[in-house]
Amino acid sequence: MSRTFKGRPILSGACQGEALVSHSGFNTLASYETALILRTHQATCTDQNNPDLYKKVMTGKVLCLPQTIGSTTGGLVLMTTCSIGSQPKAMLFSNPIDSLAAAGVILSDIWLEKRIIVVDTLGTDFLQAVHTGESVSIAEDGTVTIE
Amino acid sequence: MTEIKLQLNPEEQAILDGKQGEVLAKAMKSIVVYGEAFGATHLVDIVGDQHFVTSFGANTIKPYFAMMQELIDAGLKTQNPFTVDPRPIEYSSVNVNPIQKLVFNLVFGKQADYEKQLRALGLKNDNAFTCTCYFPEVGNTPKRGAMLAWSESSAVVYANSVLGARTNRNSAGIDVLCAILGKAPAFGFLTDAGRQATWKIEVKTSQKPSAQLLGSAIGLKVMEAVPYITGLDKFLGSEMNPTVEAFLKDMGAATASNGAVGLYHVENVTPEARDLGTKLLNPDYQTYVIDDAELGRVYAHYPILWKRLDAVPKRIFIGCPHLNRSQLDGWIERISAALQAHGQTRTLMPVDLSTPPDIADLYRKDPAVKARLDAMNVSISTICPLMYMNNPLAAMDPIATNSNKLRTYSSARFYLDEEIVELAVTGKVAAALKGEKVL
Repeated sequence: MSRTFKGRPILSGACQGEALVSHSGFNTLASYETALILRTHQATCTDQNNPDLYKKVMTGKVLCLPQTIGSTTGGLVLMTTCSIGSQPKAMLFSNPIDSLAAAGVILSDIWLEKRIIVVDTLGTDFLQAVHTGESVSIAEDGTVTIE
Repeated sequence: MTEIKLQLNPEEQAILDGKQGEVLAKAMKSIVVYGEAFGATHLVDIVGDQHFVTSFGANTIKPYFAMMQELIDAGLKTQNPFTVDPRPIEYSSVNVNPIQKLVFNLVFGKQADYEKQLRALGLKNDNAFTCTCYFPEVGNTPKRGAMLAWSESSAVVYANSVLGARTNRNSAGIDVLCAILGKAPAFGFLTDAGRQATWKIEVKTSQKPSAQLLGSAIGLKVMEAVPYITGLDKFLGSEMNPTVEAFLKDMGAATASNGAVGLYHVENVTPEARDLGTKLLNPDYQTYVIDDAELGRVYAHYPILWKRLDAVPKRIFIGCPHLNRSQLDGWIERISAALQAHGQTRTLMPVDLSTPPDIADLYRKDPAVKARLDAMNVSISTICPLMYMNNPLAAMDPIATNSNKLRTYSSARFYLDEEIVELAVTGKVAAALKGEKVL
């Protein structure tokens, strides 16, 4: 049975993809650090403090998270993943988006013309409902459906 | 996010409309869309010098260099001079082997080019590379109430909390665009409402806690919320001095890296808490009690990424964020006393004390001090230890640190201050020490 959640589209778009769920804050630098240094397309999470994602592939996934945390290079990291092609397909935030993630996706959109679809304020119920590996579809208006 | 709701004055609107060129219009669009994501109603003028996190010419961040070049080619500069985070490496103070050096030169191959870009945009001076730009020796110390658009999480949390300035946790990229426009969107920590605390942290430890552990516990719990911390004034006193400032710096850096804290209040200590007290607490705040057992739990939870748990560290990093003079003097004397107590003259591995170039110069240019430190196997550097750990070869070594920030972003193993001294002198931490003194 599919479940539907309505959020706020920050960078709108429609897509479908495989969910990758972080229940704790997503530390962008700690997660992408090695992949960025090595410029690998297949970015594997290197954040030792995130048991949900550690050693999991993030590229092309629908990243479901409460918010991002950590270094203020976070936005720059997201921007760089877009130029390498290792970025997530979409980012779905249960909380309002944070300033670092917002900067990263907006700069990528405006300066690189590469868009990560972003929906925020999906609520804590969303993060409890969605599981890694499930198929998730996103509509232009910020509706998210877990298949 | 297509319809612009944020109110711009005529000059700002003209910039957005491209009257001052396409590149500046793109910069304005970026900060307007950014502000709108947070419900900002207008832009404020930045008052004071800026600080940026991006100090490293890493080959990988090509889109950032391209954006910088676009700005420079359009003839743009920041409204005021700026400081940036530390340089990634300094071979004169941090010895590395030839292969490691080769990799450093590959990873940070754009360093010289990037520093040219920084100078073209308005870098304050050649010594402006430090994460603690607010130290008096460096001089980028914002006044209370100053509106800023800083990045570098540890500097942001210090500026907001200890100095009472106002800056959001801006990302690399947005910081530069705000500095060029001299504008920042008014939301979050720039507003009174955004500075209210939603967590009350009750410190109930039996003695002064480790700043690094306490900050980590708070960050992991509250994430990006604003904490109001009680019970700490008992240990810190109510007067600011270099020791208290160092404690708050290190605690803040740990809250910002283990979580996303950009502002904290310490009852009777930090400026807004001194003026407003518990009025800073939102009525529906949550409470987190931190006692000895809780700090012990947090410490025991840290993963250890060394291949061999009993390895003797090859290097020790102290100073992430950079040390102030009081800390630098304290570490030199502490290590010296421990060496003397063990009948040794040198630490078993290089110990790197990182500090801003303006402070390092004071020590390194004194031949007697330099000779003393060389004899102890202790060096004063100006690098960013975190950037050092970005070298995959260097990161394979067992590296120890007392920095919770460095622990969070690298394979460096975290130890408490007293354990670090023990490690430096004996190569190991006595069982009686480890696990008992977790404060």
